[in-house]
Amino acid sequence: MSDATIRATQLTRRFGSFVAVDGITFEVRSGEVFGFLGANGAGKTTVIRMLTGLLLPTAGQATVAGHDVYRESEAIKRDIGYMSQRFSLYDDLSALENIRLYGGIYDIERTELRHRTDTMLERLGLTRVQNDSVGSLPLGWKQKLALSVALLHRPRIVFLDEPTSGVDPITRRQFWELIYEASHAGTTVLVTTHYMDEAEYCDRISIMVAGRIAAIGTPAELKQSAGVESIDELFVQLARPASDHAAAGQR
Amino acid sequence: MNALLGLLRKEWYHILRDRRTLFVIVFYPIVQVMLFGASVRTDVRNVRLAIVDPTPDATTLELRNRFAATGVFRIVSVTPTDAPLDHLFQTDTAQVAVAFQPRFGERLSRGEAAQVLVFSDATEPNSGTSRQIYVRSVLQAYQEELGLRAGALRIVPRVRSRFNPTRVSANLFVPGLMAIILTIIAALMTALSLTREKETGTMEVLLVSPLRPWQIIVGKISPYLVIGFLSVLSVYGVARIVFHVPMQGSLALLIVEGMLFILVSLSLGILVSARTSSQRVATLAAMMATMLPTQMLSGLVFPIESMPRALQWVSLIVPARWFIVIVRGIMLKGVGLSYVWQETMILAAMALVLLVASTQSFKVRLQ
Amino acid sequence: MTTPSGAGAHAERAIVVEGLTKRFGDVVALSGVSFAVEPGETFGFIGPDGAGKTTLFRILVTLLVPDAGTARVLGMDAVSQLWELRRHIGYMPGRFSLYPDLSVEENLRFFASVFGTTIEREYEQIAPIYSQLEAFNERRAAALSGGMKQKLALCCALVHRPRILFLDEPTTGVDAVSRREFWELLARFKATGLTVVVSTPYMDEARRCDRVALIQRGQLLAVDTPRAITESFGRTLFAVTAANRYRTLQTLREFPETASVYPFGETLHYTDRRVERSPDAIADDLRRFAASRGLSELTVTPMPPTIEDVFMARMGTAEQPAAPASRGAA
Repeated sequence: MSDATIRATQLTRRFGSFVAVDGITFEVRSGEVFGFLGANGAGKTTVIRMLTGLLLPTAGQATVAGHDVYRESEAIKRDIGYMSQRFSLYDDLSALENIRLYGGIYDIERTELRHRTDTMLERLGLTRVQNDSVGSLPLGWKQKLALSVALLHRPRIVFLDEPTSGVDPITRRQFWELIYEASHAGTTVLVTTHYMDEAEYCDRISIMVAGRIAAIGTPAELKQSAGVESIDELFVQLARPASDHAAAGQR
Repeated sequence: MNALLGLLRKEWYHILRDRRTLFVIVFYPIVQVMLFGASVRTDVRNVRLAIVDPTPDATTLELRNRFAATGVFRIVSVTPTDAPLDHLFQTDTAQVAVAFQPRFGERLSRGEAAQVLVFSDATEPNSGTSRQIYVRSVLQAYQEELGLRAGALRIVPRVRSRFNPTRVSANLFVPGLMAIILTIIAALMTALSLTREKETGTMEVLLVSPLRPWQIIVGKISPYLVIGFLSVLSVYGVARIVFHVPMQGSLALLIVEGMLFILVSLSLGILVSARTSSQRVATLAAMMATMLPTQMLSGLVFPIESMPRALQWVSLIVPARWFIVIVRGIMLKGVGLSYVWQETMILAAMALVLLVASTQSFKVRLQ
Repeated sequence: MTTPSGAGAHAERAIVVEGLTKRFGDVVALSGVSFAVEPGETFGFIGPDGAGKTTLFRILVTLLVPDAGTARVLGMDAVSQLWELRRHIGYMPGRFSLYPDLSVEENLRFFASVFGTTIEREYEQIAPIYSQLEAFNERRAAALSGGMKQKLALCCALVHRPRILFLDEPTTGVDAVSRREFWELLARFKATGLTVVVSTPYMDEARRCDRVALIQRGQLLAVDTPRAITESFGRTLFAVTAANRYRTLQTLREFPETASVYPFGETLHYTDRRVERSPDAIADDLRRFAASRGLSELTVTPMPPTIEDVFMARMGTAEQPAAPASRGAA
């Protein structure tokens, strides 16, 4: 089934008695840029792990690119790309070596790989330093390279976990242009971030609070219905009661 | 298939580019093999020989000269009775003793069998046997030369079983094992503790406080001394209960010496980890500084006197070498502080030097 | 411009830094940095990762020695007088640096003892924060939520009544709610006259500080009050909203008079090259150009610049990858 969507119905994940994800239902449409927001510990990472085939749900249903998360996790991994702030490339390998490695892992045919590699390096302006270790690149370049590598095998859906954390404002915006390009080419993008202005770049967003989805919709819709000026304020409105609750000893 | 090849290539890059680990992986086995080769000498040299000669005569004098002439033996005492032998063995002054029967020469000339008792120190049964063989060969050569009939010289091997009644090699080995275990654990404990603080970032906050290096070091070492006390006890307990190693001497003294030895190793652990902030590197460094020298050069497995001169010098700075002497003395020979005070002083001096060195090399800043 | 809030009789400045330079191998982390901080100020360093914030802080709290330049904190030299200075500094490093296997109370007790005091003695001082943590006294630090960890670290940094507090990216990776709470807590301590020096990559946090320094690639781009910095922008800034943001962005890039155009949340921030032209005229030009490319419904309104706008203008270009000097890969 050729499909670039994510569908989750009553998706749940428990760790012992702790309910990390509490029966969430949502959908990400083909080619969308979807912002997946929430406080730390709200359950975002767990959801992403379930959708990327790294963790089995305890209950509920979900399909990613048309594949069922319970039975077809290997198929999912072939059809998605993933990039996280913590790790994406090997610091002691060069840009070129990293690209080749992932090209091999995703079974990209050699001449095609070479073509994509050259294009990518040129687009990012990294041709001159393609043999330098990735660790020596400034953070922003590393992140942009990591994103491109995640897109190397032309996945239908790409998951980005806080990709622009700590990056300077100009590079951040260049990064988002890369995201827009990918989205325009038909790739669905699910991104998490702590920068509330980046939430505005998304077509739709959802905000997770204590394992549940507290809000979902376009940024404009959500701001209007909550009567706030910015996503930041919306977030505070939704997340504050939960964090007070947590402080009272629930967590 | 591509994916697999790609992964293989990546792993090679990681290995080749991690210079430090590579160095250790390549270097360590080479050093170990070289040391092993140099230390393993089954031939015997510089053996200290005590002679008991109640009635010296031409024959016994001739034999004594022969022993000296081989270059294998070094005569350390000549006495008319075997009374001093206990003391000589106990203080490690003699390693093997030869006792001639009274009126030795006379008996031989009359055609009677003349008895030679050969005593070896059973705390080292392996070397003991080699030494016995050497003594025997000297005596037999003499016998042949004189054209005496076989059996004229009745060579009776005796073993000073007082020190090692059961002749079980555990008695030899276990004290040495105690040393190796204590030193590795102690050095690892402090090395890991220090670098863990650096890795988690808590060291940064500690450094910005008014705490001085000596305070931090004493703070790190002290609890492990207490643990060390327990370690010594438990290792001792296993030695006694499981291996039945005898305990002739004072337990209190053993514990104190054990803790002194641990102090040396704890300080060594601090010193080797002062320059690194990675737990992994600290582990490697601590192991190399303790395990390798202790295994090879402490006299645990290979007798020190059989090593090449250069390595004998090096073994002088291996703390385990001195500790093993102390432990064997206390447990197997029952000696007190008066016998091992020199070794104790050496360990104390090592502890002092290492503590001062680690305090000096402790960085008060991040760089 | 700034008013020290009565922090005792110390007329001297809290921090004086001149020509500070620090290198790590080939990399220049700080290059000729100079600034001053008044007692009682809340001073912010705004800049992304790699700008040099952590290196600067480490020098100021006596953890690193600069290659050139001087740093005086509370009138003491950060290099030669480190032992005296350390007694008066509170420091919260960039990542969580308390003992994960000790409880809240044990951590606090330890840090109090290191500085020669006790929790009981300083309770009143740290009460605003500690009261929020006391419910979790027995809990191991590792089991605390991110926001709680920040509060505990702040507590431990304050328990010995430092005269100056250094917080290195205390709100990084922390969600919006916890961030706000953290700043609210800080504000209460400011009222006691404490000098607070903070670093953050979040540009919007600049407005919480009395004065800020914009830092990028080891250099200071500006040092002043947030207001003065935004007023120094120099051009008129326009907020452009449109139905299709991405297409509008591309289109405006093709406009010949564009000086800069960047996405900013829902809008695009636009500056024009023609400084003398009136805002209304510029707005008309843009609408006409967009229409000619098939884009209608463009709204163009002048707006006051934000710190981020100024930062980006001063930054110039994004950081380039290092020159061939770093040929580390095989």
